[in-house]
Amino acid sequence: MIEKQSSNSRSEFVIDDGTSGLFKVARKAFVAPDIFQREQQNIFDRCWLYLGHESEVAKPNDFLTRAIAGRNLIFTRDSNGVINAFYNTCTHRGAMVAREAKGNTKVFTCFYHGWAYSNDGRLIDQPGKDAYCEKFNADGDSNLARVERLENYRGLYFINFDRNAVSLENYLGGVREYIDLVMDQAETQMEIVGGTQSYAIDANWKLLCENSIDGYHAAMTHATYMDYLANTAGSMTNAGLGGGARQLGGGHAVIEYSAPWGRPVAQHVPAWGEGGKKDVAVIMDRLTKKFGEERARRIALQNRNILIFPNLVLNDIMAVTLRAFYPQSPDRMHVNAWALAPQEETRDMRERRLFNFLEFLGPGGFATPDDVEALEMCQRGYKNLRAVAWNDISKGMTREKPGTSDELQMRAFWRQWNDLMTAKEAAE
Amino acid sequence: MSQALQKGANAPAMTRHDFEDFLYMEAALLDEWRLNEWLALFTADAHYAVPSTDCTDASTPANSLFYIADDRFRLGERVVRLNKKTAHAEWPRSKTRHMVHNVRIRSVDGNVYAVTCNFVTYRTKNDITNTYIGHHEYKIVVGADGPKIADKRSILDLDSIRALGKISIII
Repeated sequence: MIEKQSSNSRSEFVIDDGTSGLFKVARKAFVAPDIFQREQQNIFDRCWLYLGHESEVAKPNDFLTRAIAGRNLIFTRDSNGVINAFYNTCTHRGAMVAREAKGNTKVFTCFYHGWAYSNDGRLIDQPGKDAYCEKFNADGDSNLARVERLENYRGLYFINFDRNAVSLENYLGGVREYIDLVMDQAETQMEIVGGTQSYAIDANWKLLCENSIDGYHAAMTHATYMDYLANTAGSMTNAGLGGGARQLGGGHAVIEYSAPWGRPVAQHVPAWGEGGKKDVAVIMDRLTKKFGEERARRIALQNRNILIFPNLVLNDIMAVTLRAFYPQSPDRMHVNAWALAPQEETRDMRERRLFNFLEFLGPGGFATPDDVEALEMCQRGYKNLRAVAWNDISKGMTREKPGTSDELQMRAFWRQWNDLMTAKEAAE
Repeated sequence: MSQALQKGANAPAMTRHDFEDFLYMEAALLDEWRLNEWLALFTADAHYAVPSTDCTDASTPANSLFYIADDRFRLGERVVRLNKKTAHAEWPRSKTRHMVHNVRIRSVDGNVYAVTCNFVTYRTKNDITNTYIGHHEYKIVVGADGPKIADKRSILDLDSIRALGKISIII
């Protein structure tokens, strides 16, 4: 059996040999500055990139600032309740007009000379206005510059710097099914829980794409986490680890599987006691009424590691995390991670969720630090790329139904990455 | 802790000097990777937390995403983990140096002392040195068997931990 998704192609970056069942990625893709530059143009200047969740700007005049793909941006809900994305730079001489990480304001005033913008981007005041010509800003070119495209899918706001990009909905395509399974957990809506984990990894960003959906590494890299679960009375159900991987098109990919840990929506573990049992029963009942038993069970009991191409991970495991990462250089990325939860969640369940989150996830958890170490050791290993030039991502390529510990989901990422990176060559 | 509290009536009044000695000893145990002895400094119902850098004073582990929020059981498991070679982030073990400054007794309630101090913790691994800067907030219970930490919160004076990468040690 040969992987039907194989492109049976070979570029300077990727060997996708469906006939033999071999998949190789050139290590130079993780280290070469010119490849990094081309990624910025071919991928980050053209793909939809996650900006933020609507709950982060819940009230009129809320805003936050975020650095994405080398730009400094403002994500704001204006006084009329409309959500906007602006470039954070005064159109006068360039200073950033919003200097706080977040806040609530009707007006962004540049502290340099005092140009002031309403939170829908209009230039509303300039000190010494009488010294400017009458037609100044008549065409709006001195308003705050709006990011070319801004669209949302189920509360997740994405930007695109390419005015001609396909719609977000088209771009997400097959991954919407899995975003829905996460968002449907809430009766009201999902919200970002306060507190952001902002860290960094000295490794190429694509290593985190691979790692976030990698079921193969868990037993080795996360041995201490597995030990911890085994040591913790009542922390597990008898659900085994079983499931599969899917290539969703457009570089999006997922592994979906059952697992023994507790899930706030909604897999009860004995350690949660009677209160937890009751909370889970209420959630299951609501989901079953709304979606029918089959889908309710899938939402509640299945785990999902979802990669949304290129740089967003939505992992619905012992807690739900959104993780976006931003390449800084070939060997460094910034990472932001948030916890996502149903707004109506009980206090107790919220507490269980956050407790769960921290035992596995994040730079102080029992697992993520070891992932970070692994990625950084890979990056260091690539110093040897002249002697050892290729990574292997062939696992499960000859299986009809690749499992979660196979590597189909990573091949899905690389196939899209390769398409976008070689497209320019074809055009030249 | 309750036993310690009952005995607390006979406990000697603690001075800043006493807490300095205590905190210097804690720092030394961490730097020497004597983590089991370090864990023994905590009460049976202790908590240890490192809030995310955008948390406020009102943030708790029940309503906000922290970096670390351990109850005593998980703190014990953290030590178990760090003692293993399979704690890959800390193997080979990093070198650390915990600096403790500006120790102050902020309030006393019976035999429970609220103590704060500033800290700088250096961690070196793979030829890279990370600098953790902030202050610790302790609740320390003083019983007949000496002071025990009931609560430790390490608050970083950073906008993010991008310069640190991760918090794989006890800071």
